[in-house]
Amino acid sequence: MMQPDSMPLDARPDQPILSLRGLSTSFNTYDGVVRAVQGVDLDVMRGECLGVVGESGSGKSVTFASVMGLIKPPGKITGGSILLEGVELTQLDPPAMRRLRGKRIAMTMQDALTALNPSMTVETQLCEVILAHDEDIASLPRHQRSRMARERAVEMMALVGIPSPRERLQEYPHQFSGGMRQRIMIAIALACKPKLLIADEPTTALDVTIQAQVLELIADLRSRLGMSVVLITHDLGVVAEQCERIVVMYAGQVMETGRTADVIGDPYHPYTRGLLSSMPRLGDPSTPIKPIQGMVPSLINFPAQCRFYSRCEKRQPECLAEIPMAFHADGRSARCLFSGA
Amino acid sequence: MNLGKFIERLLHLVPVLLGVSLIAFLMMAVTPGDPVEIMLGDQQVTEEQRIALREDMGLDLPLPQRFGHFLKNAVTGDFGISYFHRRPVSQVILERMPATIELTLVSLLVALLVAIPLGVLAAVKKNTLFDRVATLGSLMGISLPGFWFGLLLILFFGVTLQILPVSGRSDLGSSIAPVTHFLLIDTLLVGNLAAFRSAVAHLVMPALTLGLPMAAVLMRVTRTSMLEVLRQDYVTFAEAKGLAPMRVLFRHALKNALIPTVTVAALEVGSLLGGSMIVETVFGWPGLGRVVVESIFTRNYPLIQASILLYAVIYVLLNFLADILYTVLNPRVRL
Amino acid sequence: MSVNPALLSESPAQLDTPLRRSLRTFLRNRSAVGAVGVVLLFVLIAIFAPWIAPHDPNDTDLLRRLQPPVWIEGGEWTYLLGCDALGRDLLSRIIYGSRVSIFIGTAVVVLATGIGIVAGLLAGYLRGWVDTVISRLVDILLAFPYLLFAIGLMAMMGPGLENIILALAYKEWVIPCRLVRGETLALREVEYVEAARAVGAPAWYIMAREILPNILSPVIVVSTIRMAHVIILEASLSFLGIGVQPPTASWGSLVADGRSFIMDAWWISTFSGFAILALVLAINVASQGLRDAFDPRLQE
Repeated sequence: MMQPDSMPLDARPDQPILSLRGLSTSFNTYDGVVRAVQGVDLDVMRGECLGVVGESGSGKSVTFASVMGLIKPPGKITGGSILLEGVELTQLDPPAMRRLRGKRIAMTMQDALTALNPSMTVETQLCEVILAHDEDIASLPRHQRSRMARERAVEMMALVGIPSPRERLQEYPHQFSGGMRQRIMIAIALACKPKLLIADEPTTALDVTIQAQVLELIADLRSRLGMSVVLITHDLGVVAEQCERIVVMYAGQVMETGRTADVIGDPYHPYTRGLLSSMPRLGDPSTPIKPIQGMVPSLINFPAQCRFYSRCEKRQPECLAEIPMAFHADGRSARCLFSGA
Repeated sequence: MNLGKFIERLLHLVPVLLGVSLIAFLMMAVTPGDPVEIMLGDQQVTEEQRIALREDMGLDLPLPQRFGHFLKNAVTGDFGISYFHRRPVSQVILERMPATIELTLVSLLVALLVAIPLGVLAAVKKNTLFDRVATLGSLMGISLPGFWFGLLLILFFGVTLQILPVSGRSDLGSSIAPVTHFLLIDTLLVGNLAAFRSAVAHLVMPALTLGLPMAAVLMRVTRTSMLEVLRQDYVTFAEAKGLAPMRVLFRHALKNALIPTVTVAALEVGSLLGGSMIVETVFGWPGLGRVVVESIFTRNYPLIQASILLYAVIYVLLNFLADILYTVLNPRVRL
Repeated sequence: MSVNPALLSESPAQLDTPLRRSLRTFLRNRSAVGAVGVVLLFVLIAIFAPWIAPHDPNDTDLLRRLQPPVWIEGGEWTYLLGCDALGRDLLSRIIYGSRVSIFIGTAVVVLATGIGIVAGLLAGYLRGWVDTVISRLVDILLAFPYLLFAIGLMAMMGPGLENIILALAYKEWVIPCRLVRGETLALREVEYVEAARAVGAPAWYIMAREILPNILSPVIVVSTIRMAHVIILEASLSFLGIGVQPPTASWGSLVADGRSFIMDAWWISTFSGFAILALVLAINVASQGLRDAFDPRLQE
């Protein structure tokens, strides 16, 4: 049986690099069971940038935390399959999952200030991931390992655009600016050249000018390293620019997927439509902004019905049942009984 | 931290130290009972001698002046004559302090060695049986009256099992040349293992009695702090990097988690000093604490006064140290 | 621990709902509720001591000197836990001892909390020189180890029940004071306090009606925790012989009495000390439950 982390990377190029089928994750809280993620199906194709959009509480972060194997009690994955390059992640034991994390699949978090350990130098934080995963370096004699790791660290810092990388390795995270810290976090995530990067809200904690730089960096690295990126965000604007395909999530379920241009131009799901009309548009100042009425429902012991029911303008009695995904042309799908063709 | 801030904080100590001295002075100055009478005891003296003694001790001066004298003397270490021992108070204190310091330090060590592993494990295994038992244990630890616990230990290990000595500091101590005045070190310096073992045996019960309640407090602090740290983003990010759990725990989490533990420990040493009075009484430990307790019954006010001042000053300095320690250890505060 | 400002935009009358929620959370905690039961039991024992105690605690009978408890040879049912060196019934002395511990504990905490609240409010709200003076005083008092300070004060004032209460309260008040000051400082800036100020409400009114109700819950939690400390302190003082004087029996002095006879009559010290442990442990478990239920952070 082949070890998961030695799987050839160019196997079956037309298959998605990550494939989720029916993924469900729940949390056992004092007040009841919270089905944070329910029956999520999605694919990330090789080399593509997939946007995962939703408001807070939509389950977008929990979905990918489940993929990374970072869900801890009282949460747990209650069902479904996660296929990363053909390997079923839900069946892996913790050491095997650890070998994949950071090496085949990596994650960045929203705020680099809290994600980086304030009492460790940048060098340590970069080198430890290199030393943990890189087989070439691991096979070197001991005294050479840290030197080689440091060289790689300098390379990565330069790659993400940090000036004078060699000198700045010794510094602590708080000595860098916000944008630089984000770059460092990206450098750490990509240090072992993973094939899939999950970027969780990469721009939310930054100001607008830095946001553009960071997004550009991610796009640049994507093509240079030939990796796939999942951009988790609540900002449709970011997604519209960067992502070829988009997945819209709400209350733990996928509501709509499709090519970005298609979904934004002609949304099939009422929620997507609501999202789009609640955003101000630069080119069209006369169109009124319409917020979606109501609030995200509590996910504790949620009944089997359309999760958007309480806020949907088009709701009907038929919507009070479990709504299946409706598949349409051009790879589009929407979880609504009334999604137009 | 830069020198300016350090000096600034140091200067803040001055009013506190002054206030502490004032209170220590007032406490004894306002005590009922004539110091001259107490000091003389049963001795027969003439009225002139009495007056001369009163002048000598400065008791006829107004209060503020007496305070001034007190301060001046205190700074040079002169606290007057101990009524009971008929020797300078400072001499008595210096003689007895090492025993108390040795007991306090060993108790602190015991407390840390017990509290830190238990606290870390309880946090990592949150809500499991281990955690619940540890939490219950720490609740017990802070509820135990020290003097009773000590007596129980004596009853069990000393009287019933007879494996540990119940009082004193050592059976062979008198033959050891005092270099550091710490028996544990001096016996090793001389190479006298039997004396070392004896010193350790005498330390076990007192150190447990003094150290375990503190361990209970520190364990909860460690557990809470560790839980807080484990929730931090940088721990999640470290796990996302695929690092081994041991590395995440020790290199990322532990360092930051122990900061509150260390600072609280520094602050709690003050209460150890207070508790040493009880423990020394129960175990007949020849330290300063026991002398203070005895002094109350012999109305030996100069000694009580000096001890109060001494302990308070130590506590203020420890607080200061804890402050500095916290600033140095906490990287974010360094900004 | 700080109060959630979001909960304060309701006026004090509406704090009913978070209060009820906290009470419900507390009642779910079975061990805490049990602990409260134990504490109440001790209080009842203390109140009804004359009716519950089988004998007069001061009744000496040299024939029963050091008589063992009932389950050891030589013991009798009527003297359940045995007798002390003067033939006095241990159980009765322990029962009466509860009065001392509970009375002193309550008196000290009530007194100290009262003073502490007033001082803390003044320091936190008025700031300026009032704050400086009070804070300095707090810092200075905190520098003295508790036991030593109490001992010094007792040496000054002499023995006696009122003196013990005063001596302990003298240092105890700084703890609620610090807490109240911190909370007050935070609350000064909250909107509706500013609104009251803008409307011209006098300082004492703001302190009493707007701020005070909102700081009560952390203060109550801390006070219960401190009660446990104070009881142990009083017992320690009595153990050393500086506290309550004979013939009044405090649990601490009972332990001291038994100390000389620890080899022959271990029951004297053991059971008296156990009473202290039981009461203090119950108070600690209960206050832990209170803290968990009333901690504003957990209410979010």
